[in-house]
Amino acid sequence: MAVMRPFYLKRMDKSFITGYNIIRNNYVISPNQEKVRSEEDVDFPEFIKALYQRYKIDYPKFYKMDNLCKLAFISSEILLKETGLKQKYSDEAIGIVLCNSSASIDSDCKHVESFVDKANYYPSPSIFVYTLPNIAIGEICIRNSIKGENALFVFEKFEVEFSVNYLKNLLDTGKAEACIGGWIEYSEEGFESFLFSVERKDKLEPNQAIVPFSTEEIRKLYLKN
Amino acid sequence: MGFDTRSNIQNLLNNSSGIQLHNDSSKSQIPFWASLIRDSDINAGFNEIQGDEDFSRLEKLMILSIKDALKNSDVEVTSPKTLILLSSAKGNIDLLEKTSGKPKENRVYLPGLGRVIQDFFKNPNTPLIISNGCISGVLSLITAFRLMQAGVYDNIIVTGGDIISEFTVSGFQSFKALSDGPCKPFDKNRNGLNLGEGVATIILTANKGSAGKHKIQITGGATSNDANHISGPSRTGDGLFISVNKTIKEGKENHIENIDFISAHGTATVYNDEMESLAFTTAKLEDKPINSLKGYFGHTLGAAGLIESVVSLQSLRDNVLFASKGFETIGVTGNLNVIEKTEKREMEVCLKTASGFGGCNAAILFKKNG
Repeated sequence: MAVMRPFYLKRMDKSFITGYNIIRNNYVISPNQEKVRSEEDVDFPEFIKALYQRYKIDYPKFYKMDNLCKLAFISSEILLKETGLKQKYSDEAIGIVLCNSSASIDSDCKHVESFVDKANYYPSPSIFVYTLPNIAIGEICIRNSIKGENALFVFEKFEVEFSVNYLKNLLDTGKAEACIGGWIEYSEEGFESFLFSVERKDKLEPNQAIVPFSTEEIRKLYLKN
Repeated sequence: MGFDTRSNIQNLLNNSSGIQLHNDSSKSQIPFWASLIRDSDINAGFNEIQGDEDFSRLEKLMILSIKDALKNSDVEVTSPKTLILLSSAKGNIDLLEKTSGKPKENRVYLPGLGRVIQDFFKNPNTPLIISNGCISGVLSLITAFRLMQAGVYDNIIVTGGDIISEFTVSGFQSFKALSDGPCKPFDKNRNGLNLGEGVATIILTANKGSAGKHKIQITGGATSNDANHISGPSRTGDGLFISVNKTIKEGKENHIENIDFISAHGTATVYNDEMESLAFTTAKLEDKPINSLKGYFGHTLGAAGLIESVVSLQSLRDNVLFASKGFETIGVTGNLNVIEKTEKREMEVCLKTASGFGGCNAAILFKKNG
């Protein structure tokens, strides 16, 4: 795992950030590589498909997902590949807690379009199932057989402090040994994904490069561009 | 079923159900069975509150529910130490239909709905909102419990609500998940769910003096994912088992022997009820009296966990086990002890569970006289 700023282990720090990535405005940032930027003016479906190919992901279910799930899924693939989280923990020890602003508005609109015109009435389970934002968490769990804590919170914007405290509580009380946290947002206005992994100190390897898990550090990462 | 806890409980005692056949072309092309709230009843309840502002159906229901819960407590809703936590699967989704799927109003988004509720009650904190499908209600209580444990707030007002419009009806119809009659949870002739609409509020407080006579506590809660399929529950029940098991292990005082009854999710779809029966069997809970309240309220989505928890709390207070309406003959692999007749029984501990799309599961324990 490549460079994340080295730090001094404080006795009070119990959990650490072990990976992250940001996908927005047609670029990807992760600690393992330079910023990856795609061509200007590529629309989301093309952009996300290009990432699927770039990271050599082989998971045909990807093509059935709605846009929000595709975004969260690609982000989780990059994160899990870079951190090896899944190899270190049991299925039920990993939690996923995500935040979002527009819930599943993109699929909601598509589902409404499928029934408002009675002459052209075609409600379909393959759209309707995506009209819940927590399906994105479900997709990541199914792909990786993750069976720990789940939660999806809806905020106007990414509430870093709440997320950090909620995740810390899960880790400190032993409800999870590692967690994926972050923000996934997709609407007509745009998209943004910021996922990070946090792990308990007692589960880390001695020389692993990590940063303490705090509101300040998460905010710093989120503001990278 | 009623606009306050007392009338709902009275209807449960009378074995009445809110589920009826509806022939409403604004919600469905064909007649459908559901438990719906009449607009005239909502407006009658809301008339004395109505100010200048225009409220949506769900907002009116949430405001009525919170006001009713506050009336019976000494919690100060305007205090910075009081948080409002909202649980909803779909929020003001009917407003999106009115604009043909083009989001025009801010309250179509959940944070907009939150702001309306916050402003009405003049609470200084931005409401916390959970939208996690059908476990939203139970997950909200678990989250509130964790926030209370962390000492962040003195009081948390947890409100769950969803309304039923063509959005939800057409979607569940496309899944062929709706029953062609009143639903029959855990029964061998069950063939789907009934949708329902409703709102419920539970207030958590750190102040024992405010907690009423029976001082019911939450003594554990956990969620899990069964990592099986986005719209199909686990075939083994392993996901629900994980959340039940973690919940029981959370508190030293929690023991399987002490659980007096289970308030299950029990939607009455073939796969869901089968999955629950396997999970409860793995957890060695198959002998515990168990009910699903979907036969009275229908499946109220993001409100379900809260409505059913309110009834469970009332069960503990009044020592009444409510019958699992619609059940006649066991139709799941696990040999569950489904409650057939409403009866009096001394009880202290209730396990409440929920499961939903996306493979999510949740469990929580309530204990009387904690």
